[in-house]
Amino acid sequence: MTPGEPLIRWDWVASHVGDIGQRVGEHLELTVIAVVVGFLIAFVLSLLALRVPALYGPITWTTGILYTIPSLALFALLIPYTGLSLLSAEIGLVSYTLLILIRNIVAGVRGVPAEVREAARGMGYTDREIFWRTELPLALAVIFAGVRVATITTIGLVTVTALIGQGGMGYFILLGIQLFFSTALIVGALGSVVLAVLADGSLVLVQRALTPWTRGG
Amino acid sequence: MASGRGATVELREVTKRYGDTLAVDRLSFTAPAGRITVLIGPSGCGKTTSLRMVNRLIEPTSGEILIDGQNVLTEDPTQLRRRIGYVIQQVGLFPHRTIGQNVATVPELLGWPKARVHARVDELLSLIGFDPTRMRDRYPAQLSGGERQRVGVARALAAEPPVMLMDEPFGAVDPIVRERLQNEFLQLQRAQGITVIFVTHDIDEAIKLGDRVAMMRSGKLVQFAPPAELLAHPADDFVARFVGSDRGLKRLALLTVGGAVLDPPVDPARVDGAPVLSPAMSLRDALAEMLSSEAQVGMVRDGDKYLGVLTLSHIGRLLRTEDSR
Repeated sequence: MTPGEPLIRWDWVASHVGDIGQRVGEHLELTVIAVVVGFLIAFVLSLLALRVPALYGPITWTTGILYTIPSLALFALLIPYTGLSLLSAEIGLVSYTLLILIRNIVAGVRGVPAEVREAARGMGYTDREIFWRTELPLALAVIFAGVRVATITTIGLVTVTALIGQGGMGYFILLGIQLFFSTALIVGALGSVVLAVLADGSLVLVQRALTPWTRGG
Repeated sequence: MASGRGATVELREVTKRYGDTLAVDRLSFTAPAGRITVLIGPSGCGKTTSLRMVNRLIEPTSGEILIDGQNVLTEDPTQLRRRIGYVIQQVGLFPHRTIGQNVATVPELLGWPKARVHARVDELLSLIGFDPTRMRDRYPAQLSGGERQRVGVARALAAEPPVMLMDEPFGAVDPIVRERLQNEFLQLQRAQGITVIFVTHDIDEAIKLGDRVAMMRSGKLVQFAPPAELLAHPADDFVARFVGSDRGLKRLALLTVGGAVLDPPVDPARVDGAPVLSPAMSLRDALAEMLSSEAQVGMVRDGDKYLGVLTLSHIGRLLRTEDSR
């Protein structure tokens, strides 16, 4: 960092508002795609694990391994196959959402009280109706907790994908490192944190709207 | 106003085998239409298993179960369950659905038109003593245990089933609430004329609610009789022990003052402090009042009419004559 340079040069920030806005959009896009695709894959795998309990072990084991691969290494490993592309970024980001989402979907459904299931069956719900009308809605709170963690984690990880030419706010972090320019570094890091906080807050609001019965009264 | 839509439920040689264990062993009885039949016995006697075979939550190994002559084993289990009410001890209300939506469950499954479902929900909520406009949109978490149990009964009655199965429905509430729920349920059952099969391990509940009591032990039916008969003539030592050594006192709860022979009326001044009893009163309550008074007798009055004097020896005689009947 150049001596005498202020920590943040506001004139730089002001002159890059358009650029920042664009990177925020990118960042959100990368996150939403990762969480949505991750959720769909996790949902299917969870259904499988709920139907065939013996599969739950292997599924969490595999997604657990994926989760422990350092992100930097994973993106580097993908480059020979999928290049410096959005696809590489998403493969990595999606992999990291799976473990937490599967765990929460399965735990949420398994946590539905036995007597609710028993009453539903006794009143003539089919297995499919029991799942869609009682188990899934009642699992929503736990599932949402998983979606929140997955979203926040993804927002953090997106910055790393700047290394393969994606990255949203990660672009500024990278820029800051390369140029020893603290303003870009702070914009990138702080921007990512603010996005995570806002995303989490929005998800809480959505969850409240979807699960009105959890509010006390 | 008994609508008389209860159905007769007949079990014929129903058996459930788990591996080498016989959970239910050639169980046969007929639950009369519009009446309450109580299945009772110690834990593991097969009473709950038997109940759950009626709506095929458990499949019998062999035997037949007939509802109004139709074998339930030839029916689609899901369709069958939609026309049989089902209430369990933990109630199992859907926490994510309002009270109104909970009660509407089976009518909606059956595809009733919206207006009819709505009207039925309000009718049932009133029937269990709720103000529909106030309670309809609440969630189960906002209710007390007793209220939840009431909603459970309303939900089971919603689609006007001819048969209702109840598995220790009042087992999880405190004794005062339990007694109130039992009384309300009796009224409701009489008014709706529904056939009920009721599982309990509480002999007092069986005597109070049952028109018939089926006593089970180790998967077998030991005795099937009206409660008074069970108390007066237990089939064997097991039944006698199960109903308790105070079965004489319990029988008094089923007999009324009106059924006893009375001494002719005497001057009230001569039986100073004697309690006034009505013919509809149970002999158990009458006895309690008589014992706690100086006079040890009771004056029986039907409104303004002074019928006579009830004495302890009359009560004793009544029990003995019922015994030798």
